[in-house]
Amino acid sequence: MTAVMDDATTTATTDEMMTIVASRELRNGTVCFVGIGLPSTAANLARHMHAPDAVLIYESGTIGAKPTRPPLSIGDGELADTADAVVSVPEIFAYWLQAGRVDVGFLGAAQLDRFGNINTTVVGDYDHPKVRLPGAGGAPEIAASAKQTYIMLRQNPRSFVAELDFRTSVGHYEGGHSRRELGMAGAGPTVVITDIGVLRPEPTTGEFVLTALHPGRTVEEAVAATGWPLRVSSDLTHTEPPTDQELRALRALNAGA
Amino acid sequence: MAEITTLAEAIAANVRDGDTVALEGFTHLIPYAAGHELIRQQRRDLTLVRMTPDVIYDQLIGAGCARKLVFSWGGNPGVGSLHRFRDAVEKDWPHPIEIEEHSHAGMATRYVAGASGLPFGVLRGYVGTNLPDHTNTIAPITCPFTGENLTAVPALRPDVGIIHAQQADQHGNVGLWGIQGVQKEAILSSDRSIVTVEEIVDELDPRVTVTLPSWVVSAVAVVPSGAHPSYAHGYYERDNDFYRAWDDISRDRSTFSAWIDEHIMRTEDFAEHLALVRREMVGVS
Repeated sequence: MTAVMDDATTTATTDEMMTIVASRELRNGTVCFVGIGLPSTAANLARHMHAPDAVLIYESGTIGAKPTRPPLSIGDGELADTADAVVSVPEIFAYWLQAGRVDVGFLGAAQLDRFGNINTTVVGDYDHPKVRLPGAGGAPEIAASAKQTYIMLRQNPRSFVAELDFRTSVGHYEGGHSRRELGMAGAGPTVVITDIGVLRPEPTTGEFVLTALHPGRTVEEAVAATGWPLRVSSDLTHTEPPTDQELRALRALNAGA
Repeated sequence: MAEITTLAEAIAANVRDGDTVALEGFTHLIPYAAGHELIRQQRRDLTLVRMTPDVIYDQLIGAGCARKLVFSWGGNPGVGSLHRFRDAVEKDWPHPIEIEEHSHAGMATRYVAGASGLPFGVLRGYVGTNLPDHTNTIAPITCPFTGENLTAVPALRPDVGIIHAQQADQHGNVGLWGIQGVQKEAILSSDRSIVTVEEIVDELDPRVTVTLPSWVVSAVAVVPSGAHPSYAHGYYERDNDFYRAWDDISRDRSTFSAWIDEHIMRTEDFAEHLALVRREMVGVS
């Protein structure tokens, strides 16, 4: 692990770095449809830091959930106990997501391509897969109908691929205006947060380019970890290191405090 | 009217080899006891339907009960892969399994269509994904009023719908609360249905948010802790240690088969199974 704190005795792990950077993206008051795992932790960290009025929606039908610790599954009892409303699964997808009431969809992935399309279905051939992954879940319609999506994914040549083995959820599709031509309501992915840095889509092409590096990481590392010829923004910035407060809040959250 | 009976009798009377069976539960109230009884009674060639096949479907698939799986997300929530599901899809063990794969929104729409007595449901979904290339129950449709391009998915109409709920009353009216998933739709879209409950009460709890009248349920059976290792809101918590332990139990074919044999085939019922599991899990956490 790379030390990223000024205080040499406290270092952020790569997962902590990703989670903190992702949490900073979430504005207060945002209605956020959250996937389980790091996206859920990041959204809850945001709620504990700068976005106390963010509304977290889980696909289990819990709206406005306020868990004290990151849930292991999207249907943990604490989500229902702390929610403003608990609705059925058909309702959460129809009335709340499809109708356009979600500002941000927060997704993970197994594979991502340069246009932010994601694969969570198979590695290898569909009929004879090398690795059978869990599948679509709520992601395709979150990717289609949320006003925008954030994606969190560790960056390496197996995950950042030139060509997806399966397109489970659509990002900027084939680039340019192709997403809009599919008739999708939402704007698609606006940021990809990795363990190395941050990528954002170029407005005209929809191709994700490196726009920020986390402390201690290099452009060479990012390029080597990407399966397509990664382009670097001319305005490349450096991520602010995690603050003591952010790290403490994240660790307290993970410890269930 | 629902017949109040034992789980073994309910399964024997309502589930036949070759049936399409939906055991629903969206991380909450998962009907584990009923799934075990399908394994114990050695049902075969089932088409299993579930939005989120998890550990109980891993057990059913590995035990050889399933010919086909209709689903939208198959995994061990918060833990990782379903090793038996993967082994069946990747390596045809214990035999090949056919899959029909959807998204959650698509499956939910299919259940609603089934419960509504419609032939299909409509959603904004699947467009631009590779799912329609492999799943023939996804088709484009044009809105006759606006011309918008939408997607049609056929109704789900299982032979048998199975859920777990907190309570039933003496008449067999079923009540549940907490995360409600697609339990109501699974029952109303199915030809026959079985509900296991934590207990039979004189009057349903005021916390009940979903009520299924007795006359839409075929059989009700009392199985305390019948959703273990998932949870029943107001009764017991999710046994996260068991979900984590399942990863090791299920990874290897022979370890898995020995576990099924000892914990399901050689136990008389779910109570005996639970007693065995709880003895083993002492000290794990």
